[in-house]
Amino acid sequence: MYEKTKYLVSGDSAITMEFGNSITDQINRKIRAVSLSLEKSNTEGIVEIVPTYRSLMIHYDPLVLKYEELLEKLKELEKNIDNIELPAPEVIEIPTLYGGEYGPDIENVATHNNISVEEVIKIHTSQEYLIYMLGFTPGFPYLGGMDKKIATPRLQSPRTKIPGGSVGIAGEQTGIYPIDSPGGWQLIGRTPLELFAPNREDAILLKAGNYISFKSITEDEYLKIQEELEKGTYKYKRYPKQDGGVNHGEN
Amino acid sequence: MGKIKILNPGMMTTVQDLGRIGYQQFGVSVSGAMDQIAAILANVLVGNKDNEGLLEVTIMGPKIEFQDTCLVAITGGDLQPLINNNPIDMNKSVKANKGDILSFRGIKKGCRSYIGFSGGIDVPVVMGSKSTFLKAKIGGFEGRVLKANDILSIGNINTSINDLSGIQVPADFYNYGGKNIELRMVLGPQDDYFSQEGIETLFSSEYVVTNNSDRMGYTLEGPLIKHKEGADIISDGISMGAVQVPNKGTPIIMMADRQTTGGYTKIGNIITADLPKVAQAKPGDKIRFKKSSIEEAQDSIKELQNKFLQLDKEIKRQKESKREIIKTSNWDIKVNGISYSVKVEELKN
Repeated sequence: MYEKTKYLVSGDSAITMEFGNSITDQINRKIRAVSLSLEKSNTEGIVEIVPTYRSLMIHYDPLVLKYEELLEKLKELEKNIDNIELPAPEVIEIPTLYGGEYGPDIENVATHNNISVEEVIKIHTSQEYLIYMLGFTPGFPYLGGMDKKIATPRLQSPRTKIPGGSVGIAGEQTGIYPIDSPGGWQLIGRTPLELFAPNREDAILLKAGNYISFKSITEDEYLKIQEELEKGTYKYKRYPKQDGGVNHGEN
Repeated sequence: MGKIKILNPGMMTTVQDLGRIGYQQFGVSVSGAMDQIAAILANVLVGNKDNEGLLEVTIMGPKIEFQDTCLVAITGGDLQPLINNNPIDMNKSVKANKGDILSFRGIKKGCRSYIGFSGGIDVPVVMGSKSTFLKAKIGGFEGRVLKANDILSIGNINTSINDLSGIQVPADFYNYGGKNIELRMVLGPQDDYFSQEGIETLFSSEYVVTNNSDRMGYTLEGPLIKHKEGADIISDGISMGAVQVPNKGTPIIMMADRQTTGGYTKIGNIITADLPKVAQAKPGDKIRFKKSSIEEAQDSIKELQNKFLQLDKEIKRQKESKREIIKTSNWDIKVNGISYSVKVEELKN
């Protein structure tokens, strides 16, 4: 993390606050803190904010808020950031059916790492993964924290269509495809949850700065969840992240 | 509620408004009209709010049948619009009757036209916008470009067609779409990734718009812009008009359907006031960049706002002067025992 945040001009209607030049939890926490306090401040003229791995882009309306005015506000807000109490990030559980036709590459991952399929599932479900940012396609999470014991290179030749909900591994990353798209990830499972549903009230399920955890489910459970989602009776499992170090309000 | 039928979709015709705001943090592109000034003009001319849904047409215009009487206005690039094969004015509201056919003779100036319909294109609002986002197949008409035989609904009109038909934007208001384009640019956020020589190349060279240019971005060809080291950065946000320079060294201007984030260096950003020039550029057009300060860029947005305020007044004036009184008569009437003196003005239509 930089000692001093960089404020980068990004045209006449956006500023980028750059906090460092690496991908770390610490930088992500800072981004989350600034994002939340900016949202809370309800500053007139701020149009939208886009958190990424190591920066935060602030889109604004210069007819309401001039560059210099915004710069001053942001610097002031950053000064007080350590005194703001933040809610703990949320963990959302992603029920996932591993292997079989839902995760046709899980054997590849097991073989590549000299472990059993059961161990792949055990390792993959034992982490809480930080959502660094969303991008690429609507709702696609860039996740951190995968155990290197299941790291596997991408497929030699990408698939032309991967079904939405597919859970995969590419190198040292794991992720979920929100919509049908082409791609070269090793597919290990699939979730019935819809990460992107344009007509749902919360069109996007995930949010940068929060966490996800995978839970292994059976095919019967998969179908049951799918049915509940259709009926609108499915209850998403969300809970505050337990281990500390994330609350900037402390000390 | 009226309807229009697409007889021929043209090269690429989509429903757009001013964009899907507030979802970039979730990876959803803004989309919306490439040329926002032309889009606002098209809506203003037919009595709609600025952000109403309209059609954006590209290079080769569509052929559209009006299945009901409707007020339309065509703005932006001049693709030579015709109604029933007779030329109609750009930047002017025109009454189209049931059965009339709107078509385009071909490109004369610019690249994109906007067709505003009184009442607006009636498509579902998805995540706060009617704009088509092609990559995710959402918004607009079934999330896609229009096809032959599509039938689109037009919303209800809140003013009378006769009150507005013939209203026009003053000729000097809109002037984009030249073959030699100067774009003002504010440096940043990654201008420090480029060598001094690279920055000088950027501002002293001429770049040509390539065929690889669409709603996502404009790829340019010309002298290579040199980096100090590499072009790759840890992904960050991309604003409208950002000029991305990947390793190869040729610039790409990021436009309405751009990805929300990306991992290439951005040397600068086209200023908002000059974005319509980009939207109206087509393959083969020549671009030069000129350095601008952020103050100049923001002042020019203010100037644009003032221009639109003036236009509102001008349109109000035109509407009033249309209310030409042919005959005035005075009546004395009695209702429930109370006497009234009533003045009646007969207006020319």
